[in-house]
Amino acid sequence: MPIGWYLVVSALIFCIGAAGVLTRPNPLVILLCLELMLNAANLALVAFSRMWGNQAGQIFALVVMVVAACEVTVGLGLIVAIYRRHLAINVDELNELRG
Amino acid sequence: MSAVLFFIASIGALAGAIGVVMVRNPFYSVLSLVGHLICLAALFLLLRAEFAAAAQVVVYAGAVMVLYVFVVAYIGGQDEPLSQVGGALKVVGPLFALALAVELCIALLGTGLKGISGKGAPYVLGFGTPKEIGRLFLTSYLFPFEVASLLLLVAAIGAVVLARRRRGLPEDEEDEPQAPIIRPQYTGTMAEAAGVRPGFGTDPAASEPQRAATPATTSEGGW
Amino acid sequence: MSTTTFGWLILLFPLLGCVVVALGFRVERGISAGVIGSAAIALSFAASVGALISILGRADSSRELTSSLWNYASTVGVDAKLSILVDPLSIFMALIVSGVSTLIHIYSIAYMKSDRGYVRFFSYLNFFVFSMLLLVMAGNFLLLIVGWAFVGAASYLLISFWYRRTTATRAGLKAFVINVVGDVGLVLGTFFIFRHTGTLDFLKTFHAVPHVFGHNATDLVAGCLLLLVGAAAKSAQVPLHTWLPDAMEGPTPVSALIHAATMVTAGVYLIARMHPLFEVATTAADVGAIMGCATLLIAATIAIVQTDLKRVIAYSTMSQIGYMVMGVSVGAYSAGLFHLMTHAFFKALLFMAAGSLISAMGGEQSLDRMRGFRRAMPFTFICFVVGGLALSGLPPFSGWLSKDDIIAYLDHRGGGFEILGILGYVGALMTGIYTFRMIFRAFFGEPCEEARDLAQGHLYHPESGFNPGTGELEDADVGFPGPEHHIAERDLAMKVPMAVLGVLAVVGGVLQIPGVDAGINRFLEPSFAGSRLAQLDPSTSSAWIGLIIGGLIGLAGIGIAYRIWIVAPGTSARLQTRFGALQTFFYNKWYFDELIDFAVVRPSQWLGGFTESVLERGVIAGGVTGGTLGVVRAFSATVRRLQTGFLRYYAAAMLIGVFGMALYFLISA
Repeated sequence: MPIGWYLVVSALIFCIGAAGVLTRPNPLVILLCLELMLNAANLALVAFSRMWGNQAGQIFALVVMVVAACEVTVGLGLIVAIYRRHLAINVDELNELRG
Repeated sequence: MSAVLFFIASIGALAGAIGVVMVRNPFYSVLSLVGHLICLAALFLLLRAEFAAAAQVVVYAGAVMVLYVFVVAYIGGQDEPLSQVGGALKVVGPLFALALAVELCIALLGTGLKGISGKGAPYVLGFGTPKEIGRLFLTSYLFPFEVASLLLLVAAIGAVVLARRRRGLPEDEEDEPQAPIIRPQYTGTMAEAAGVRPGFGTDPAASEPQRAATPATTSEGGW
Repeated sequence: MSTTTFGWLILLFPLLGCVVVALGFRVERGISAGVIGSAAIALSFAASVGALISILGRADSSRELTSSLWNYASTVGVDAKLSILVDPLSIFMALIVSGVSTLIHIYSIAYMKSDRGYVRFFSYLNFFVFSMLLLVMAGNFLLLIVGWAFVGAASYLLISFWYRRTTATRAGLKAFVINVVGDVGLVLGTFFIFRHTGTLDFLKTFHAVPHVFGHNATDLVAGCLLLLVGAAAKSAQVPLHTWLPDAMEGPTPVSALIHAATMVTAGVYLIARMHPLFEVATTAADVGAIMGCATLLIAATIAIVQTDLKRVIAYSTMSQIGYMVMGVSVGAYSAGLFHLMTHAFFKALLFMAAGSLISAMGGEQSLDRMRGFRRAMPFTFICFVVGGLALSGLPPFSGWLSKDDIIAYLDHRGGGFEILGILGYVGALMTGIYTFRMIFRAFFGEPCEEARDLAQGHLYHPESGFNPGTGELEDADVGFPGPEHHIAERDLAMKVPMAVLGVLAVVGGVLQIPGVDAGINRFLEPSFAGSRLAQLDPSTSSAWIGLIIGGLIGLAGIGIAYRIWIVAPGTSARLQTRFGALQTFFYNKWYFDELIDFAVVRPSQWLGGFTESVLERGVIAGGVTGGTLGVVRAFSATVRRLQTGFLRYYAAAMLIGVFGMALYFLISA
């Protein structure tokens, strides 16, 4: 398949993830959509790595996976802490950090 | 052959993505994401990134998603309430995303990027194998490798700090939430399955002996 | 020891005295501060004598010596050095300053006893002597300006010595502000001259001036006029003279030292020192002469009607300095400086005697209250008479010889200056009148109550503290005169200096008797070597004619005063009613204070108020800072609205940003 197709798929996944971030109020789901976007980026990276024959793209993709894992860890830790405080798990209600 | 596999995998990935976004129950969203990840791993294989695909399945789908499942189970994945603040965003959000998608597609297909219309560079033996990846990690990309390790360490510590119990704080008695959580049937604890703890829809009378059997706990009298 | 070493020692001793007295203020008891201070100045006087002897041992042509200790700014191209110029003129001034200062210090040991600020007084006084000596010994414009400023500061500190008195502090401020105006003139004048000569050093400037400037060149005239502004402020010449009468708020030794003998002569010294400049810029010299003449007349007329004893003497000082300024402006350098010397003697003597008299009155300074002290205070009376005769210019006293020396030169110079000479004689007549008016009123007639008590041996003390000038009640804490009053008859430390000065006032004139010897003239000759005006000497006969006329005029003045105040005591009251308007005009000091208040002070206050309310508050605080503040606040308020706290709005904003960026790149590709 031409590499372009993979890139189109990646773009579509990214946009679906973006729509999800904007639409869902549950922070868990927002994190999941963030994962979607990261995966889309991964796909694009690997596709380009195949295009150039340069494995740097795959290395980058692996590092992105590490970062995603860390981000999930911390994010979920936050959500657990919020849950422990008996606050609603709803980003629209968690709006005290404002100007 | 590869074209067929490509279409199957990409349709699977897209379906999983849509599933993550559209499904109401966060638990089902997580499962949808797992499916999406596996299809993505297949796409990686089609792109000859064997190690990346393996890492995707083992690390991402195998570890990170399991973590997700644990947290969703802890928090309780209720269905979301339908009415919500920011109603405007519910309509405008997808529109933005659609606009972005259109723009990206135009960028990809409209401009005459030569490289993406080919099948990629000629295959070099060892492309994408763990051996090559490992060699690169430890020679050219040593610094990102080390930094990524440090990042993992920091994240682990951060997670522990964030989610630990704090002794002495008033909102500490979270072992027993004030009101019993309404759980959907068959999504409760092992105790429910074993019939020890009262869950949704069980007979409250069966729990009486439990409460009477613990006289040390006083439910009346101050805090 | 070389001459210049003596020069440095002259400066060093008062400075050390000031520092030692000031730093040891906790340990000094009794009169030790006074003794240390006086000893320091005595040593300085000894060093001046040493310098004198040393310079007399040198040939005439090599009597201008400079010595430099430190180079301040040679890298910048300005020759600013810590250098002194030791030549006959500076040694002459140093001798006068340190000599009279020593005597006044000894006088103050007794006079200021029981004052809580005793130690402070002597450290200030030493500081003053140091700065005055710095001024006269300075070898370049830089040190001159430094000494000038220090003298002004010392004068301020000493005038408002009794700082709890409102009148004293106000007088100190007035003196300081007017002195600062003079300082500005001095510095600007220096700059005008420096711009062309390129050097700050005196000797180099004097050699360069005839070559660099043409006759009456604009820049030089401007510079010299500005120097005259400085001289006028420091020497209390019209129109910058209004501070001197008010400066009598300070203790009497301060008046004696600063406002009679030394500081007010700084202007005279300046003009004499800058004579090469003034001889090229003759316009400025003429202005100086006219200013001096105007001052001597105006001050004399005011002195005739003043009722405060010290103020009469203050206006007398102003008048005599007018003579000196007039003299050195027209070229009578040695005559003017000779009069400076004799004036230092008899004026300091008069002030010291006045201090004794005021002490006997218990702090009261008004002539209206004093009468008939002749029997009670004989020594003070003799001092007053000696000083008064010298001041009025009667033979054979020193003032006669010096004052008429100036007038004789003026007559001899010709070219319109004879008019100034005649006006000088008019001033001499008035001098005789007001001096002996003072003496006759205070010492003759029916003794007042304080005099009667003193004759019986009881020194008068007022019951509670009142400000003698304004009559307001004072709380006698530190910053007020001490409880004791010392008079010359009882304190030896006061008697001895007064006696010394009395003797000097009598015999000081022998240094320059026309036809007999010309001591001052010859001594100062090397300093005025290049001057063509200094060569003009009146012949002996015309000098003697002038002297005789002067003596007669002085006698006439005394005679008029005798008639008005002794022979026919009601005459002064009749004259006052007859010349009422004139009397009021003179009494109000020719309305100079009101004029300056109207012309300078009110506009400055208005300007200050306007600047504060409109510019400061309105434009700067309101417009510039307030406006900027308002803009920033409005801007941040707008930006603040973006921080809603809703996570998804932030995400939406990010997404829009990404979209926009991609669009940009897409289009620009």
